[in-house]
Amino acid sequence: MKITYTDVLVIGGGLAGLRAATGVKQRGHDCILLSLVPPKRSHSAAAQGGMQASLGNAIKGDGDNEDVHFEDTVKGSDWGADQKVVRMFTNTAPKAIRQLTDWGVPWTRVRKGDHQVIINAQKVTITEKEEAHGLITARDFGGTKKWRTCYTSDGTGHSMLFAMDNKAHEDGIEVRERMEAIALIHENNRCYGAVARNLMTGELVAYVSKSTVIATGGYGRIYKVSTNAVICQGMGQAIALETGVATLGNMEAIQFHPTAIVPVGILTTEGCRGDGGLLTDVDGYRFMPDYEPEKKELASRDVVSRRMVEHMRKGKGVKSRYGDHLWLDITILGREHIEKNLREVKEICESFLGIDPAVDPIPVRPTQHYSMGGIRTDYKGESQTLKGLFSCGEAACWDMHGFNRLGGNSVAETVVSGMLVAEYISDYCDSAESSIDINTSVIEGFIRKEKDKLDVLLEPKENAEDAYELRARMEEIMMDKVGIFRNGKDLQEAVDELEELLIRSRNIEVKAKILSASPELFNAYRTQRMLKLALCVAKGALERKESRGAHSREDYPERNDAEYLNRTITSWPDENQTMPKVEYEKIDIGEMELPPGFRGYGKDMTMHHPQSQVRQEEVDKLREELEAQGKDRFEIQEALMSYRDLLPERYRGKNERLYEKFEGEENV
Amino acid sequence: MSNIEEKGRMLKISILRFDPYIKGDVPRVETFEIEEAPGMTLFIALNEIRQHQDNTLKFDFVCRAGICGSCSMTINGRPGLACRALTSKMDVEISLAPLPVFELIGDLSVNTGKWMSGMNDRLETWIHHESGEECDVDRLEERMDPDLTDEIYELDRCIECGCCVAGCGTILMREDFVGAVGLNKIARYQLDPRDKRDDDDYYNLIGDENGVFGCMSLMGCEDTCPKELPLQSKIAYLRRKMVDLRNK
Repeated sequence: MKITYTDVLVIGGGLAGLRAATGVKQRGHDCILLSLVPPKRSHSAAAQGGMQASLGNAIKGDGDNEDVHFEDTVKGSDWGADQKVVRMFTNTAPKAIRQLTDWGVPWTRVRKGDHQVIINAQKVTITEKEEAHGLITARDFGGTKKWRTCYTSDGTGHSMLFAMDNKAHEDGIEVRERMEAIALIHENNRCYGAVARNLMTGELVAYVSKSTVIATGGYGRIYKVSTNAVICQGMGQAIALETGVATLGNMEAIQFHPTAIVPVGILTTEGCRGDGGLLTDVDGYRFMPDYEPEKKELASRDVVSRRMVEHMRKGKGVKSRYGDHLWLDITILGREHIEKNLREVKEICESFLGIDPAVDPIPVRPTQHYSMGGIRTDYKGESQTLKGLFSCGEAACWDMHGFNRLGGNSVAETVVSGMLVAEYISDYCDSAESSIDINTSVIEGFIRKEKDKLDVLLEPKENAEDAYELRARMEEIMMDKVGIFRNGKDLQEAVDELEELLIRSRNIEVKAKILSASPELFNAYRTQRMLKLALCVAKGALERKESRGAHSREDYPERNDAEYLNRTITSWPDENQTMPKVEYEKIDIGEMELPPGFRGYGKDMTMHHPQSQVRQEEVDKLREELEAQGKDRFEIQEALMSYRDLLPERYRGKNERLYEKFEGEENV
Repeated sequence: MSNIEEKGRMLKISILRFDPYIKGDVPRVETFEIEEAPGMTLFIALNEIRQHQDNTLKFDFVCRAGICGSCSMTINGRPGLACRALTSKMDVEISLAPLPVFELIGDLSVNTGKWMSGMNDRLETWIHHESGEECDVDRLEERMDPDLTDEIYELDRCIECGCCVAGCGTILMREDFVGAVGLNKIARYQLDPRDKRDDDDYYNLIGDENGVFGCMSLMGCEDTCPKELPLQSKIAYLRRKMVDLRNK
């Protein structure tokens, strides 16, 4: 049996995986990266709109800094996020973007002087500063106080991914394309790599490593219509879950993006609305200001998606053979702007809808888009229960998004988490505790077990099940019963039927009796695993009897901090179980820099935790005292919630800005 | 979008099939019939065929939105992205074959990734810094001319789908030809002030017949590029530049 040893095994070749790989390599560790597809084809490329980092170069981003970015992100998460992780993230995002610049990303730059932009359906002239000319610019995105989303036209993810993959080529990262990790190798609560299957030849091999990183993105494809690439099936989370040891966090936190095209679900970027595009209904009426007078189309994604559904339920949707939809109208932006800054959108409209978005409105509706949940880790990206297993990017729940992610924070998270987690992994690999203490017989046992499972799938069976059929039913259940608005009755039905499907999936028979490159075979074992994830999502949603961020219960419309200010932790201790184990991890208000409050959308229906007010008073008092003593914002922040020591030493520095020079240097 | 229900046409999709990993398999053309649905693309059609008619059919889709470059194949004789190919724009008889040039994985799946990775290594398609120079990530980024970054992005839009390589005449004669994709990369880095390589360095990479002097200006690359990159003018520009360098 083929066993390859390495220091770090990275599973997943998108932005997070590549960044983690280059990071550990730079620290002197050997690394092998497994990817289902050539890394440049990863789903990271689909992030059109941009990356949030508080550079503050653009005039509409003036005065921005880590504090504002922190506040936006925590509020956006509906207080579900780990605030220390958010702090680590917002401090590192400017560094990540500057490093990517150095590696070749052609970020769109500030042009000094007057520019016409569209704000709230009005043409407005803004004047960019002379001294900012040539620095990285930013656009507006939902749920942010400042224009903070840096971009390259509308191919941000593509440019970042190509620069990152090129960097991996420069660093000589060993990439194994078309290799799928199908099981983690572990013993005594310690992870030692993975069994992988070659998708061309069908060969099974083992990669044994000191540490293993899962960076396989989200699990959007458990839904029937998703903006996600077809490979985003959650296999990273699934193999972690199947260890019975590692845990998943907040799996029910699923984001629906307001503007995917109908019917195919391809995304049109939030940049459309950020740049001034409007949402209109069957009468051509702009409805968002009626629901959200302040933020309008640029409220947080969960909020806009719900408002759209509400509006369609009032009969204001546009009827089509694929169900109701609304319009995204970007004609107001003008052809020149669309062809330059929203070209990808234009191409998508032409290729898939046969329309010209400079002339026609775009048919859109909210569609599954992002998985806030994932492999539960600590701030270092390491599983809390399975030593040596790390995770970063969308695959992980470390947890910076809580129950709703802000647009532009996901590509930012990929590189920031990859950058930081690579340092913690390197520290771990440098330590004696990372020593590989596993017998080859145990490793071979893991390979054999996977081989047996594949053989079983091929065996002729009575009442054999068809994987495509089971999967299609799962996708429908998730769409219809675990969607934007949820309720106890539907969720219970979803859980019951998914459990039944899972049991049936044990009797799947693969008709084509080949073990090599067989699309039917990989669909079969992935369907079995996706059903487990779907159950984690549905069961978590059923048990969470409140509405928080993207998790919205019609029967429990209020956010209930008193009972549910916590993280959902799911695990699968016994492989014969048909239901995940659900537990909760408390979130400590006493440690928060920003205690839970009103998020600012609609009516405040929060059932507050008694401790929130106590902590708020503490924070206010401390802030007042320190301000009176003349302390600066860094000193005050440090006193409220110290986090800087958690960062790797090389990334602890302050970030320079035009208006925030380092000591002894002059501000502009 | 049309609200009218119509009975779809019956499409006849002929696919060149062969699995090199199955002993004794022989290349053959198989034809599948399916009813056309509104807005149908080859992505939808092929998945339907796999699900209902032949679940061994191999092809590659990832983003299914025209941005990842995975699904390039020969569609009615021309290289193109299958995910963006609307069946409504085609005759009822559609022929599909894998892209030529690239290693065949099976049926419509080819290993463009391996070819592109080799090209990237060979042309060192990354920013070359002065040795030992590392950027201070805490500091303001280097300024760049806004027009120049736009121009770089224009060439950075390549998705390495391989259509230009499959549509190239030179590569049939010179298997080491870097292709329009490779030459476009050099044009991209040559524009970029962050890359410290000079024209002599680029000459060493592409100043021969496997590089810019191999191109016969048949324009198959530009004709088939799904991203409409200005490949021909960039190749012509590089060629003039390289000729000037040799004549100095």
